[in-house]
Amino acid sequence: MTPLLAFEDVAKSFTLHLRDGAVLPVIAGATLAVHSGECVVLGGASGAGKSSLLKMAYGNYRCPQGAVWVRDGARVVNLAAAAPREILALRRTTLSYISQFLRVIPRVGARAVVEAAGIEGGLPLKVARTRAGDLLSRLNLPERLWALPPATFSGGEQQRVNIARGLIAARPILLMDEPTASLDATNRAVVVDLIAEKRAAGTAILGIFHDADVREAVATRIVDVSAFRGAMAA
Amino acid sequence: MIEPLLPEPLLPETLLTVEGLTKRYGHRLACDSIGFTLDHGEVLAVVGESGSGKSTLLSLIAGEVAADAGSVSYRMRDGATRDLATLSEAERRALMRTDWGFVRQDATQGLRMAVSAGGNVGERLMGVGDRHYGRIRATALDWLARVEIAADRVDDPPTRLSGGMRQRLQIARNLVTAPRLVLMDEPTSGLDVSVQARLLDMIRGLVAELGLAVIIVTHDLAVARLLSHRVLVMRSGRVIETGLTDQVLDDPQAAYTQLLVSSVLAA
Repeated sequence: MTPLLAFEDVAKSFTLHLRDGAVLPVIAGATLAVHSGECVVLGGASGAGKSSLLKMAYGNYRCPQGAVWVRDGARVVNLAAAAPREILALRRTTLSYISQFLRVIPRVGARAVVEAAGIEGGLPLKVARTRAGDLLSRLNLPERLWALPPATFSGGEQQRVNIARGLIAARPILLMDEPTASLDATNRAVVVDLIAEKRAAGTAILGIFHDADVREAVATRIVDVSAFRGAMAA
Repeated sequence: MIEPLLPEPLLPETLLTVEGLTKRYGHRLACDSIGFTLDHGEVLAVVGESGSGKSTLLSLIAGEVAADAGSVSYRMRDGATRDLATLSEAERRALMRTDWGFVRQDATQGLRMAVSAGGNVGERLMGVGDRHYGRIRATALDWLARVEIAADRVDDPPTRLSGGMRQRLQIARNLVTAPRLVLMDEPTSGLDVSVQARLLDMIRGLVAELGLAVIIVTHDLAVARLLSHRVLVMRSGRVIETGLTDQVLDDPQAAYTQLLVSSVLAA
């Protein structure tokens, strides 16, 4: 069976022009596949390139070497070579990304933020509204906050809005970068349940979870990114 | 790096094609062979510092300044793609007041300062041939409400409106004819931040709702991130880097883009 997401011999380095062009190698020779119903957790020390891999899978970082294959229905697209329009289209239909931080939009309330993500992902307005409320309830965000813009929320509250936003529409590939970093135990458990439901629905999940108990609970496989050093200069 | 809630570009069709656009002022190249395409419903941000040529680029596209070289082609409402240089002056002006909008940094250049707020909106409607006073007034009132200008201000001239209201009025004036392409030159600069936020949110909502194609010139990378699908980084009249907005801002390749991105204070 073809994986939903696959990295093929991916290498990434950053050229820091403001630091006399110093080249910072991040990862090399990364080959990894994520299938439907899997939750692959990226392991390895900080700076090993875990977030960079996730960002390349979302088209947020460029992928200068190798290929990032994304299955989109019957076809497979190389994100590394895709045009901006194509990457945006894949984000609407196929790729979901939950980062640690919510980038807030002025004047838009929490529920509307989640709802809009659902509409963008193809849900009818009514379904999006209901599902936004359900998700925020499950994530224990008090209803009195739903109409307020999340700018003034605590880190944990913003994170929960972000999670709801990333989960509302069913997309085949889910990328998660420390989604539980600022959550308490109760809400971590909710997120673990939500991830299990996504897996059961066939979503391919690639994530970073520093929290050991969350990692144990969600991972079907742990891949140590430190192994992807390839021919990279030490 | 979560992208803003943006609409999808509506049709996978090129609306505007800019090729080799060049403008020289004496020895200085204000725009050096700029080229890009813009699709229906696509929002392109042109970023760069003062003097980078980004505002000149907008004037060249709108045909307000004559280019030394290059072309601008546009897919007209009838589906035909025309080189704008081949339009007659009457055709060009008709295009500008119906299918295109231009929201300017300085509202006094985008509005008629001696005409009431309602008149500013109504004038564009009369420009497309509407002569029915009641309908014009009703449409103007409707648009003023959409940009959150209270009905009791409809008879005030822009001179009596605040900076934020003037910009919102410009938006209403431009959008009332249902244009498909809107050019915006620093629409939020010079406003207080709270006023900026309101205006940005309004622009974002209207662009999404109406499926507008937009070229927005801004020096503010946060504005580019909030509003645009793609970004074009300019310096000294040249395009330094271009691509998906969050990719260019989060993984800038060119030295100059890295400098721009790293110079922004995170709030």
